[in-house]
Parts: sequence; structure tokens; C-alpha cells
Amino acid sequence: MDMRIAVIDDSATRAGVIVDGLHEAGLPDVRIFTERGGMVQTLEMFAPDVILIDMANPQRDELEEMLAVSRALARPIAMFVDQSDAEAMDAAIDAGVSAYVVDGFAKARIKPVLELAIRRYNAFARLRAELDEAKSALAERKSVDAAKALLMKKRGVSEPEAYALLRKTAMDKGRKLVDIADALLTAERLVGDV
Amino acid sequence: MSDALRIGFLPLVDAALPILAHELGYAEDEGLALALLKDMSWASVADRLLYGHSDAAHLVAPLAIATTLGLGRPAVPIAVPFVLGLNGNAITMRADLAAQLTDPGMPGNVVQIGKRLKTLIDSGARLRFGVVHRYSSHNYMLRYWLLGCGIDPNKDVEIVTVAPPFAADALASGEVDGICVGEPWNSVAVDRGVGVIVAVTAQIWRRGVEKVLGVKAERLAAEPELYDRLLRALWRAGEAFIDQARHDQIAAILARPDYLDGSHGLIRGAISDQILFAQGLARVHVPDFMFQHREAANFPWVSQAAWLYAQMAAAGHVTADAADYLSAQAVFRPDVYRRALRPLGVPLPGASAKLEGGISVPVGVGTVQGRLILGSDRFFDGRQFDPDAFDAYLAELSH
Repeated sequence: MDMRIAVIDDSATRAGVIVDGLHEAGLPDVRIFTERGGMVQTLEMFAPDVILIDMANPQRDELEEMLAVSRALARPIAMFVDQSDAEAMDAAIDAGVSAYVVDGFAKARIKPVLELAIRRYNAFARLRAELDEAKSALAERKSVDAAKALLMKKRGVSEPEAYALLRKTAMDKGRKLVDIADALLTAERLVGDV
Repeated sequence: MSDALRIGFLPLVDAALPILAHELGYAEDEGLALALLKDMSWASVADRLLYGHSDAAHLVAPLAIATTLGLGRPAVPIAVPFVLGLNGNAITMRADLAAQLTDPGMPGNVVQIGKRLKTLIDSGARLRFGVVHRYSSHNYMLRYWLLGCGIDPNKDVEIVTVAPPFAADALASGEVDGICVGEPWNSVAVDRGVGVIVAVTAQIWRRGVEKVLGVKAERLAAEPELYDRLLRALWRAGEAFIDQARHDQIAAILARPDYLDGSHGLIRGAISDQILFAQGLARVHVPDFMFQHREAANFPWVSQAAWLYAQMAAAGHVTADAADYLSAQAVFRPDVYRRALRPLGVPLPGASAKLEGGISVPVGVGTVQGRLILGSDRFFDGRQFDPDAFDAYLAELSH
């Protein structure tokens, strides 16, 4: 018997990462649901054995209502097959993924799917954190460069001198370099044309 | 060194007390360092609580009972030692439908509004209503009102779950004809011009139990002193909440991105009972719209849990069962409330249950400490609920 899996995720990118993993693991029967409209009907028609949904998705309550009343779906239950999986539960909540599994589905077959989802969610979160970090580092550098240029123009100093001035001010005030740069740019925007 | 406690919540105005306990320093006074964990569904709030990723949670009251009884999840006993607030919800409908039921802009007579709704349904209108959760006070309050107006909520209308952030969209797209949801989401729908408030839940039950503090029963038993301190901090937060002079400050705190991430103006309207019923009209003061603290509103009356179980049975969500009825009532823990708050010298009701809907004029009630006067707790249809007459009540409710 094949395992039919529904992946519900606001992020189409993350859903894609999960589905790729499932395909690689030899599970071809997977469908992604990203749109809220009509989800209930299409989900009922798809009749999945396992549903994976991100914990931050507000649609979880709508989904659980559907699972409680649907006659089309065999009765799936929330999260893991039984409560003995406390460790796996911890990992799932930390990763931000939740799962619904049709009652009676062999536990041995479900577990690898959930572990795979947890790994992929974590990997995705790491990727996003690295991306955010890279973005903010870039933004910081832009601020500092703009502040240096401003000092060079207004005080007629060289670039190393402008940088030293910013760094000294930051050290004296116990603030980050980028904070001083931002403050300078804000002040310039406020009073620069006076 | 303070003790850390994590509290799960949904971004709703009635998550105010745990947020204020933290922000206004009452938790710190009790040696507690609160961390507020925001989620976007009750399912995630419940999962965090059940699997120990939070130590307590802001919960819709019936969900605490449903979780204890094992509805939709493995059964885990939940304890409710403190009620976070009464009412604060409203029923908002499509503007054209609302105009057929009431004078938009003003609180109307919910008996008359219900009669007109029944006439529409009898003449063939097929209506769909959204509630925020299957096991929510919103669902049971809406059903109670419909039933009391001669409309069978299981047959004459369709009731579906719509997550609060989607409520206004669902009204706008015609996916639902009405919603019963908490604030600020009614105000958001009104503000966008996609809905008109036709009733607030305080008009259906003047003292309707709404959100509660849920704790795993075994955690509460293992660390009573820790949770007692939390209850004292929450009680003081309640005191601050009803201080009108602080409403601007409170609205500003709640509106922050890490909490409700919403509009200061809409939130301020809700916490001061100033409700905008329809777009473009003036706000109307609705007494007791949110009832978060006065008259020992935070006391977990066992009869409130009993009433909820009766509504769950009437809805067909549970099959009425004597043992389950006792388990449901045991979720509410007035004994813990008394133990925790005694040192504050605040009024503590002597009884643990009361005749719900039995008070029509303010009346003094017996206490083990302090003086307590309870105002009207009437239901819109004048029905009363005696927890000791469950079978007769249920038979009467379901005709």
C-alpha cells in the first residue's frame, strides 16, 4: 500500500523542500496545499494518510475541525501515533512541524516520514536564518559606508579618519558601530538641510 | 533569581492578563520571569502545553475540557485555576444580512434579531457561520443563541471553523455569512467595511466564561507554590486592566508586534467596551462587553465548566456521560484559586458552583474572605442552568 501525503504550508519554497525529500525517500504520492481557499474540499478528495502542516499555520484549527467531522477521510489523529514518542514530539515542536496520521497506519512506516520532515524543517530554518544574517550584514555595511561618506563630506576627513571617528564614538558610548552610523544618518535626514 | 514560566497565547485582546502580568512587573514581584509564546492556532497552543513546551496557556475554556476528555488528541487532564476573562466576543454579519436583522450601528434586542434570522431561514436562506474553533465558547454561545431563537444549529445553518486572522476575509469573500470571533477581529471586519456587528456575546450571556489559564493537572499538582505566584500576578494584572486611566498604556502594550501586532485604536475600543458596530458610525459603549476582573470574574466556577459540557453535549460534540460530566467539572479548580489569592486579602467566593443565569439584580454572595456582590448573570432567554439538574436541562435545551 502506498502512503499518500499532504503537505500544507504557507511557504511554497519550504513545501517544495519537504516534497523533494519525500520523493527522494521513495514516496511519490505527495501533494502540496498552499492556498487557503477550497483546501478542505481538495484535501478530502485527495484523502491523504498523513498530513504535514507547519505549526505557525493559522489553518490548523480549521484542519482539525475538518478531521473531526469529515466522513470522507479515515479518522486521522493529531501528531504522533502514540504518546510514547515524547522525544520525537519535542523535536517536531522545536522544528515547527505538526502531523496528522490516519489511525491504524503502521507506526514503523510513519516514523521515517516524520523524521524526514523534522530534518527538512530544521534545515530550512537554518537556511533562512543564514539568509537573514547575510541580509542584515549587508544593510549594516551600507549604513556604515553612508555614514563614513557623510563625515568625509561634512568634516573634510579621509575615509580612515571617518571610520576611526565612528568607531571611537561607538566605543565611548558603548554602542554598536552600526547604531552610531544609523543615528548619524537619521540626524542628517532630520536637520541636514537646515 | 526568578523562576521562569512560559505561557502560550493567541494574539487576542483577552490574552491581556498574562501579557500585563509580565509587562507591568507583577510577575517579577512574585519572583517569576514570564516568557510569552505567541502561536497562530489553538492547536499549536495546546500542543506546546501538552508536550511541555509551555508551562501554562491562554485557552478557550471548552478546549481545556475537550483536551481533558481526549477529543481530537490523546486525553491529558488540564486544570483551570483562573479565568482570564468573560465575554469580549461578537457576532458580525455581512452588511446586507445585518441590515435585515437589526438597525446597523446600535446594539439591538437579540431576541428580535434572532426571530428575524429565523424568519429568513424559514423562508429558505441557507446561511453559513464561522466560529474560531470547534471547542470554543464562540461556537457554544452562537449555538445557544440560535437554539434559543428556534434555529437548530445542527440542521438549519452550517457552522464551520475560520481562524480569526481570516475572519474578515471570509466575510468579504462570501465564504461565510457571519462570524463569531473575539476582538480585535470583529472591529477589523467592521473597519474594513465587510461586516456589521449584530450582537455581542455579553447580550447572550451577561457573564459568559471565555478564556482561561490552562495548566497540565500534573504540573499544577507538582509545583503548587509556583502556580500560586502566577495566579497572584494575574490577579493584579486584572486590577490594572480595569483601571480606565491605564487604557492607553495597555492598548499600546497589546498592540506591539510581539503581542497582537494590531491597531492601537481598535484594541483600545475593545478594552474600554467602546464598540464600533458599523463602519462610519460612532462607537457605542456596551457595558460589560469584556468582563475581565470585577465581581471575582477570574474565579473558576465549577458550574461554568458544567454549562460548557452541557453545550458540548447539545452540539453533539460529546455523548452525555455521568463520569465525563464529573471530569469536565473537575477541570475548573476554585480550590487552587482560593489558596493562591488568600494572601492578597481579595474576596473569595465560599461556594464553588452557582445557579448560572440565576442573578438578575446585584446580590451579595457568601465568601470565605472579603465582601462580594455579583451583578446580573442572565442568559438572553431567561433560562437558568442548575449543574445538579443536568439531564433535565439538556432535555429542555434540545426540546
